[in-house]
Amino acid sequence: MSDLVIAGRTFRSRLIVGTGKYPSHAIMKAAHEASGADMVTVAVRRVDISRQTESLLDYIDTAKIFLLPNTAACYTAEDAIRTARLGREAGMSNWVKLEVIGDEQTLFPDNEGLLTATRVLVEEGFIVLPYTNDDPVMCRKLAEAGAAAVMPLGAPIGSGLGIQNPNNIRIIREQAKVPVIVDAGVGTASDAAVAMELGADGVLMNTAIAGATDPVAMARAMKLAVEAGRLAYLAGRIPRKSYATASSPLHGVVGS
Amino acid sequence: MTIKLNGDPHEIPQPLSVSALLADLSIDPRRVAVEHNLTVVKKAAYDSAMVGDGDEVEIVNFVGGG
Repeated sequence: MSDLVIAGRTFRSRLIVGTGKYPSHAIMKAAHEASGADMVTVAVRRVDISRQTESLLDYIDTAKIFLLPNTAACYTAEDAIRTARLGREAGMSNWVKLEVIGDEQTLFPDNEGLLTATRVLVEEGFIVLPYTNDDPVMCRKLAEAGAAAVMPLGAPIGSGLGIQNPNNIRIIREQAKVPVIVDAGVGTASDAAVAMELGADGVLMNTAIAGATDPVAMARAMKLAVEAGRLAYLAGRIPRKSYATASSPLHGVVGS
Repeated sequence: MTIKLNGDPHEIPQPLSVSALLADLSIDPRRVAVEHNLTVVKKAAYDSAMVGDGDEVEIVNFVGGG
């Protein structure tokens, strides 16, 4: 199975995972290992001045795992750009998972702000991976603006609803000239498999693993699902039909 | 003199370099990024960038996220 290549960088895994909401850093580390992911997302936040806290980075083997800083919780292009610049300095890479959020309840992206921020950051030399709506037109505009990949949502962040608009994901994949990563909405392994069967180049998830009763087991399930979905996509599924087609020979039946 | 540090007032005795400010706060400079009056300070400039009265400083690091 071929590797995932984004902006010339090769990833062995097509599963990208988050670092938030795990029961503990130790469980996160074990889940990361079970997932096989070689890219994880991180958030950029103010250091707690008042007390020393355990560093997330003590639990990520950055020799093996590539850090993808996000701009989560930014509601304007300006804030997202500012956060991306800080993330670049903190992480020493110019990659960013770009989020410009437009609505608190759904966490749906603000397309206008997202496009603006993508243009600015691409101009500044960033490798921009925008989290976007499952809208083929928006994905095309982001790619034209220089996004290195597009990351349409499967469903609202943390909802676990699975791929709500599979047809759009398929169209986005057919039309996009950059990798398509389904980002957000996965609830369980079959959702990840569906995303991959639709042709997605990868899947990004956080809550589905971190919030599972056994995050490490779910991480392994997701690894297998992403691999299975990719293989099924490449294998070429049979057409859907309304009626049965017998699998066994119709002649030579006993008593006929 | 007072600076605004991560959104809150913070007293410093005299103008400090970013390096000195981080040392005072016991923060490992390798794992953070610093913004000084809305501009990111490159790590190479931590010794020379001076923080003074009324300045706004943001110190961020990576935390868990999706």
